[in-house]
Amino acid sequence: MTDGIELLAGFLAAAVRVATPLLLAATGETISERGGVINLGIEGSMLAGALAAAIGSSAGGPWSGLAAALIAGATLAAVFALVSVHAGADQIIAGTAITLGAVGLTGAVYRAYYGTAGAGLSIPTLAPVEVPVLAEIPLLGAALFAQPLTTYFAVALVPATWWYLFRTRGGLALRAAGESADGARAAGVRVRATRTLAVVAGGALAGLAGATLVLAQVGTFSERMTAGRGFIAIAIVVLGRWHPGGVLVAALFFGAATALQFVFQASGTAVPYQLFLMLPYVLALLGLAGAVGRVRAPRDLGRPERAS
Amino acid sequence: MIPPALQLRNIHKRYGSTTALAGAALAVEWGETHALLGENGAGKSTLLRIAGGLERADGGPIEVGGGRAVIRSPRDARRLGIGMVHQHPTSIPSLTVAENIALTAGWRVQPREIRGRVLELSGALGLPIDPDSYAGRLPIALKQRLEILKALAARARILLLDEPTAVLAPLEAEELLRVLTGFAGVGNAVVIVTHKLREALSAASRVTVLRHGAVTLVGNSDTETPDSVSRAMLGGAGRPEPSATRSDARTSEPPAIRLQALDVARDGRYGIALRGAALSVLPGEIVGIAAVEGAGQRELMRAVAGLIEPLRGVLEVRQPVAFVPEDRTTEGLILPLSLAENMVLGMGEQAPGVAGALVSWKAASAATADLIARFGMTAAGPEAQAGTLSGGNQQKLVLARALARNPKVIVAENPTRGLDVAAAAEVHRRLREAAAGGTAVLFHSSDLDELLALSDRLVVASGGVLREPERRDRDLVGRMMIGAA
Amino acid sequence: MNARPGRGRVVAPLLIVAASLAGLAGVLAIAGYDPVLALGALWRGSLGSFDAFASGTLVRATPLILIALGFALALRGGMLNIGAEGQFLAGAMAAAWLGVHLAGWPSLLAIPATWVVAFAAGLIWVVVPVVLRVRYGVLEVISTLLLNFVAEALVSFMVQGPLQERSGIYPQSDPIADAARLPLLPGTRLHLGIVLAILLAAALWFYFSRTLGGFRLLAVGTGPRAAAITGRIDVTRTAALALLVSGGIAGLAGAAEVGGVAYALYPNLSPGYGFTAIAVALLARLHPGAIIVTGVLFGALETGAGAMQRDAGIPAVIVYVVEAVIILALLLADARRTARSPAVAGAA
Repeated sequence: MTDGIELLAGFLAAAVRVATPLLLAATGETISERGGVINLGIEGSMLAGALAAAIGSSAGGPWSGLAAALIAGATLAAVFALVSVHAGADQIIAGTAITLGAVGLTGAVYRAYYGTAGAGLSIPTLAPVEVPVLAEIPLLGAALFAQPLTTYFAVALVPATWWYLFRTRGGLALRAAGESADGARAAGVRVRATRTLAVVAGGALAGLAGATLVLAQVGTFSERMTAGRGFIAIAIVVLGRWHPGGVLVAALFFGAATALQFVFQASGTAVPYQLFLMLPYVLALLGLAGAVGRVRAPRDLGRPERAS
Repeated sequence: MIPPALQLRNIHKRYGSTTALAGAALAVEWGETHALLGENGAGKSTLLRIAGGLERADGGPIEVGGGRAVIRSPRDARRLGIGMVHQHPTSIPSLTVAENIALTAGWRVQPREIRGRVLELSGALGLPIDPDSYAGRLPIALKQRLEILKALAARARILLLDEPTAVLAPLEAEELLRVLTGFAGVGNAVVIVTHKLREALSAASRVTVLRHGAVTLVGNSDTETPDSVSRAMLGGAGRPEPSATRSDARTSEPPAIRLQALDVARDGRYGIALRGAALSVLPGEIVGIAAVEGAGQRELMRAVAGLIEPLRGVLEVRQPVAFVPEDRTTEGLILPLSLAENMVLGMGEQAPGVAGALVSWKAASAATADLIARFGMTAAGPEAQAGTLSGGNQQKLVLARALARNPKVIVAENPTRGLDVAAAAEVHRRLREAAAGGTAVLFHSSDLDELLALSDRLVVASGGVLREPERRDRDLVGRMMIGAA
Repeated sequence: MNARPGRGRVVAPLLIVAASLAGLAGVLAIAGYDPVLALGALWRGSLGSFDAFASGTLVRATPLILIALGFALALRGGMLNIGAEGQFLAGAMAAAWLGVHLAGWPSLLAIPATWVVAFAAGLIWVVVPVVLRVRYGVLEVISTLLLNFVAEALVSFMVQGPLQERSGIYPQSDPIADAARLPLLPGTRLHLGIVLAILLAAALWFYFSRTLGGFRLLAVGTGPRAAAITGRIDVTRTAALALLVSGGIAGLAGAAEVGGVAYALYPNLSPGYGFTAIAVALLARLHPGAIIVTGVLFGALETGAGAMQRDAGIPAVIVYVVEAVIILALLLADARRTARSPAVAGAA
């Protein structure tokens, strides 16, 4: 009986831990897509963030790691914005190129920095911060109130993003730019500047997502370690209907789905583990089919502002 | 002396090799409604867009309220108290009326507060509107009202309107002009761009006429006559009389288009656009459809063209049918492709050079070069991109392609939209010629004058119902269009 | 994105490639490597000898050319197939599965049989994105990317499960039958796949430039509304078919890799061919003939990078950065061209 409860508590804690980077990246992508820019390069920003966090943390502790990740993610997003927002090039191809470049860059830097062996790399990580009293709550305490600070930050970002999008002038301008670049421009919005800021903010959050992967989840860097989490984050944005609250729910759902494999491995079932590896991607596909159609994407998503 | 509200002098603007404005000018006093007139392509919209910050002049000073002004963007214009109402609504369809207004006016985003302010503003101006409606769901007249409210909420004192009555039925247009002159009358300034002479002279206190990018007339509306303004617009000769040759409907033959009790669903949305429609068009006959936007004419045209499957009823159309779509730049042509390619696009298997599944581009180009010559198009050749052609030449291409198939039926939506007088006259001539050769022509135009000039018979579409007016009378047709008769 | 194959716009791409390589040399120099040694190794490993060219560069170029041709076909219809990685693996799985069972068959039957099943597998791998796109409006871009990871996991499952080699020790399949192996150019490792790639390029060139269907695909990609209304083309169907065939071609590349190089299925069969092929196709401006050239160029680059890693200790993955820079520079160059083209005359 206690075994069952422990297993469940472990599962919940793992679900929240796995959901954190997804939530960060998806919240960033929500901001970007609300402004009309779909950035497949967040996979690359995440990967760059992960490596930057590893290097930064080894050099100056976890906080340096977080800062380095933020900068790395934002830098790649800035390059993406230069090509897609300012030059008006195809966002999908530009994003794919950014991700491809990030795979190469992180691979090369990693091997140059740590040598081809690389393995056994150990990095100062972020310790969980227990909220007094609340962390003692059975079952949920460990999952919700004994997490690294990045998790609390990711959760706090949800209402903050909502407030920004729906209760500020900047948020209204951002949504207008995403719905109709021409209309927003006529209303006095600086569309390119608005979109650029949104993309860079999204990239910074993706970088942070990569950092939590390294500093709060895995504890080390390996090549291509993000394994499509950036793409899943994009699916989460769709599932969450471009709404911060919806994105939170969708991210937790994915965290739970991924954490299931730990439970099954612990319980020693005969189901091959590769099928669990597939699970998040398959769920994302199923979820997309169910979610799309009932809600509309920002109308000008993916369309560059026409030069005038 | 009080300096003028808005003054533009010696404005120049070129696009590539095309000169849009060559020393144009405009002076608007406080308290006046000023009409800016000119044919399509005269440069009046460009001049307005420069004042509104959407385009930048190549040269020429702008003064607002007597002070030198630099207007680089709509933001700059707004800071100077200039508000712009575009020909096509620029509101953001998926935001509410209140959000759209708050965005333009830069209000704090507090749903309840902005809702109240919108109600207050629209009440004060006598322009009622529901602040919670999504802008995209508003009927066209309200969309335009929203544009005006946006400008006024941003504290505009100089209001620039580009063809504000183009999409309105006659009564709605009168109402709008009354509100605008009222606004100007209390110490503001209004500029209306229009090509409608009658309207300009009755609503505005002064007029400026542009031709080929330069001013040909500035005068008071009570001293100018339709004739003097028309000469200034067209240069000397005045408006060409619509040719009186009526084509002969062939009454002995069965109709080329016949519909009876036809229901058609709304294009792209739920609901019925056309119900119980009955109409027949004889070979050689030109029938014009008069309607305000969204009255079902679009669905009628597209059902006859075979692009929409009707819900029920009889629809018989003789083949081949040629379709001239409303928007030639996205529906009629593919601008990045060459003229020859656009020819093959429209003619498919019947295109010259096409044999079964194979295309000989050499043969297609030769045939296209031939059409370019026969229709007198100005184009670099069959390999030129369609996007490099002027609007008039693009429309000639669309028409040439349609006629090349010897259609039994031509369906045309606003076939002269955006064309200058000469190009429009050319389009009319080609359509009449086709009718004289026995082709049935069904067309729609937003311009009542064009309908009266070109059609043998007029049919009014209103609220999804087709009716034929008893007389060819402007006022009667105008009232029928908005369901008031 | 311009779905139209380029006409004579060759200079910009060449400049971009040259500049990217120069940039690479500069970065290597700054990072403390010997750029002469590095670029020398790159050259020797790829184009410096006939053996390097035939057994290295051309072998590497084969899947790149094939996948890039499929990518170009789909993009001509306005569809972005950035999930070729998964389709390649699906084709490889199918080819390996069939190839193992073909002992005793004549090669003349066995090889086409593997190609057919691989094409079908690649195509089927796109069916899900197509159905999601057509029925639910899900962006094919996201769904094909997600399916890449599903394919990877599936391969991993296959080689440790149903397709694992007989001893059950190694995570790979049994070797395919000799009959299913592609003939080699004597004295080299160059296999029949390159011929398949060249033939397919020729076929696509003919389809693009000489057929009504090829033109209609272009119309769908460049002006879908006009294609539907004026061209009376079933836009959805046309674009979906192009995407499906594009997936089939990526599957074919998987079969060529298994039948000509790997002779078995194992994880990490593709070092990112699906993404490199995007650069190949874009650099060739979607022209099938030019894709052969750019495919060989990138084949040389990636093969040479291996030599660079061996001889100069420079991580080979650096070529992905070069590829990314080339794609981004091309996008920038194209965007500048569009901005400079004469303003489309509208209502003035």
